[in-house]
Amino acid sequence: MTKRVVITGLGVVSPNGADIAQFSHAIRNGLSGIKHDPQLEQLLFSCHVAGKPVIEETRLPQYFTELEIRNLESTGIVYGVIAGMDAWHDAGLLPAPAEIPDWDSGTVFGTGTSGIDKFRGAIYKLDNLQIRKLGSTVVAQTMASGVSALLAGKLGLGNQVTTNSSACATGTESILMAYERIKSGQAIRMLAGSTSDSGPYIWAGFDAMKVCTYKHNETPEKASRPMSASASGFVPGSGAGAMVLESLDSALSRGVKIYAEILGGHLNSGGQRGTGTMTAPNPQAVQRCIVSALKSSGIRPDEVDLINGHLTATSKDPLEIQNWVTALGRSGKDFPYINSVKGMIGHCISASGSIECVASVLQLSEGFIFPNINCEDLHPEIEMLIDQECIPRVSLEKKPAILIKASFGFGDVNACLLLKKYNHG
Amino acid sequence: MDKDELIAAIKEIAAPYTADKTALAHLSEKTDFITDLKINSANLVDIVLDLEEKFGIEIDNDAMARMLNVKSTVEIIEAKMRAHDRK
Repeated sequence: MTKRVVITGLGVVSPNGADIAQFSHAIRNGLSGIKHDPQLEQLLFSCHVAGKPVIEETRLPQYFTELEIRNLESTGIVYGVIAGMDAWHDAGLLPAPAEIPDWDSGTVFGTGTSGIDKFRGAIYKLDNLQIRKLGSTVVAQTMASGVSALLAGKLGLGNQVTTNSSACATGTESILMAYERIKSGQAIRMLAGSTSDSGPYIWAGFDAMKVCTYKHNETPEKASRPMSASASGFVPGSGAGAMVLESLDSALSRGVKIYAEILGGHLNSGGQRGTGTMTAPNPQAVQRCIVSALKSSGIRPDEVDLINGHLTATSKDPLEIQNWVTALGRSGKDFPYINSVKGMIGHCISASGSIECVASVLQLSEGFIFPNINCEDLHPEIEMLIDQECIPRVSLEKKPAILIKASFGFGDVNACLLLKKYNHG
Repeated sequence: MDKDELIAAIKEIAAPYTADKTALAHLSEKTDFITDLKINSANLVDIVLDLEEKFGIEIDNDAMARMLNVKSTVEIIEAKMRAHDRK
């Protein structure tokens, strides 16, 4: 019994907007959330800019109990719970009653590492022979599944509750995994999303690898430059994105707003073979992932209106465009529109896929194409492949119907989703 | 510090861990942390840490394992404080 799957709720905590209304306004208007980060400068990072969500203190008690707020140091868990609860509420859903779990609803909520600040504090205590002072909060805040476990408890989810992890492909993968569970009839509703902690202990490894930019420390809003000739590495970011996926039958019977339909998708890996490595994608795998996603969705390449790329603002952007050109068999003026939210929010690591999927769904449901900020100087290798017009630098009042979203991650892993505008009535 | 003051201090420390505020209002020497106050057993360790800080004492593992109700908690704290005074 194959079910159609739709999106009925959205939640987001992003560097340029900590709820759906703010985020939608920000991406439509090309507003950057990248700021100077004094802590990174103090710690002698090469990159002194970052994209961090701003959460008002007064907001926390709406999501966490007084007890949970005490000793809460896992920013990833804070972002994930806020985005997840917001998505649930947005879908018009309530937590399960006190005694019985909601057997039909579950969650796939991914992360790279959650609670790294908490973990650091615990390690210091332990090394000072103070293990007994750790208290009860370390495990729940540092286990990878802490975020999905907390959400499940707050909402009473009784179906599958898990956390996936596939580097920067995590968020797109979580949505696809949740989609498959509903499609196969094993769940009616799934909360899907991903999160990423803020801070130097998450970002340091990337800075050390020199994949983050250090050339725009004085101009934070100009620092993240996907597809630009002067792109010099990504800007680290953090946050969370979430969506409620639901069978079409269930959504119709509840009479709720449907943001978009998920038509299909694909997950694969390049196996770190050929030119694929831990850090570089195998182009054949990327192309195969895109082609398989189209095939599973029953969509022809010429039907795609808009691509939301991975496009991190590193030297790999031209290779990604080449992969899209090859996989879709479209180039020059025939290429679809393409954009990247990373120009505005940086690369939110394990949260990037879910935040960008939320941005993708907003474009379909509200009917616009957000601009690629900081791409005034288009990379010449990209300009040889596709027409300038395909890369909007200002917001377009167009109504895309079919959007393809891909995320690629360390370990040579790929995730690709096909989304369609849902027409009510 | 007399016993009533000690019980009041335990009540204050247990408060944030107690979802059942009515049971908390009726806290007495007979109260059991888990069955009466519905405190998550994982949080008992946090209550002990809070008590240690409040009274400037250290509670060993065996004593901690016995601190399941107000009565034994009072006894253990009193004993620790007496021992502390003698030193």
